Amino acid sequence: MIFLRRQLPLLITLVTGLLFAAQYYVPHPASEQMLTSATKWLQIVGGFALILGVTSLFHQHAVKIRRQEAGWGYSLVLYVGMLGTIAVGLWTNGKESVEGTMTAFGWIYNYMMVPLQGTMFAILAFFIASAAYRSFRAKSREAAVLLVAAVIVMMGRVPLGEYLIPLSGDVSSWILNVLNSSVRRAILIGVSLGAVALSFKIIFGVERSYLGGGKE
Amino acid sequence: MDAIVLGAWVATGLTLLIFSFLYKDNPLFKLAEHLYVGVSVGYVIVKTYDTVIVHLVVKPIVENGEIALLIPVAIGMLMLTRYVPKAAWMSRYAFAFIVGMGAGLAIPRTVSSFILKQVEDTIRPLLSMAGSDGVTFSMNLLNPASHLNAIIILIGVSSVLFYFFFSIEHSGVGKAVARTGILFLMISFGAGFGYTVMARMSLLIGRLTDLIEFSDASYGRPTVWLSLLTVGALFLLARRGREQPPDIH
Repeated sequence: MIFLRRQLPLLITLVTGLLFAAQYYVPHPASEQMLTSATKWLQIVGGFALILGVTSLFHQHAVKIRRQEAGWGYSLVLYVGMLGTIAVGLWTNGKESVEGTMTAFGWIYNYMMVPLQGTMFAILAFFIASAAYRSFRAKSREAAVLLVAAVIVMMGRVPLGEYLIPLSGDVSSWILNVLNSSVRRAILIGVSLGAVALSFKIIFGVERSYLGGGKE
Repeated sequence: MDAIVLGAWVATGLTLLIFSFLYKDNPLFKLAEHLYVGVSVGYVIVKTYDTVIVHLVVKPIVENGEIALLIPVAIGMLMLTRYVPKAAWMSRYAFAFIVGMGAGLAIPRTVSSFILKQVEDTIRPLLSMAGSDGVTFSMNLLNPASHLNAIIILIGVSSVLFYFFFSIEHSGVGKAVARTGILFLMISFGAGFGYTVMARMSLLIGRLTDLIEFSDASYGRPTVWLSLLTVGALFLLARRGREQPPDIH
């Protein structure tokens, strides 16, 4: 039983890991076909992973409604929004438009989801600005550098900034394309080295936390 | 009422409910927030159902007889055994498959695209041979491919990597290199911050443009009426909050 519960999963990880790592070095149509199929398989399995996440959300809010806890009305709104969207989406076969005409699902997307999402992120502009006011006071040399870089990039992204400081557009591009990209490159190299090391640890069974706890 | 006019009223109302958070956290915002989560989850469920179940599973199996697709379906079903405590261990097979495949796919691709390619782009010739005259060195800062920028990028990448990875004491020359790395990092964080602020501003302008458009008479001026309604509701909620004694447990 220990083999089935603990060792077989590790064996599956080892075999699939080595197989798909080796696939990259085999330029044969069969190998390419295997990669295409595997990508499709991952999408399908990922769809089931969504069920795990959604049922957790369903359960959490259902409990809140059943017990009529504080704010249960909002959970009800969430349920109505979710079930309504699912019902309309299934009714229109998940299509936002048919032959150029907006469907009811497209209406929900355009007049509910887009405004809600856009405004939710837009109000962050105010909070980022207030956070910047608090944290950007040039207390040290490093903070001053951060402040100057942020101001130049902000000025360089809008016509008014370029009008007030004509060089800000060019300097902003230079900061983004040269200085910023060099840092991003260094971070990417570091993160990638870590990812490769972690992948090896997973394949060879050193890292097992993804299997979860529980008995054996 | 036509769908577009109704849409204008709904979009304006929801936008104003979210904006009401700028005054303070209030029930109107919470209502819109929960509606947002509900609609978004519903949307993702429908899209996943359409993309995965219909187009990747049902249609290929029914129309093309691709029976092999039942294997990932079975693996996916194994994930759901998490809900049956006695059979929960079977979900490990699904996770083992996904994680193993992901790790296997990641190793060569990460090494190739994110390590070797990045190193190759960083270590470029610092001078070019141009004809019989000899070497050239371009100083144009505005051209990211110029030789001067190549040197700056090399210094940036090396110093940031040094700051992060070299676990020796940062003293002497090492301190200077590490401080250069910090300087590059600060510029990058500042640039990232500035860029994010402007992206949010762009979204804000988009929302305000919609509100201005929906204040038109052809839509029935939803912006005007719903703004008044929202302000009135916030005023009533604030008054009610003042009248009720604080809840002390």
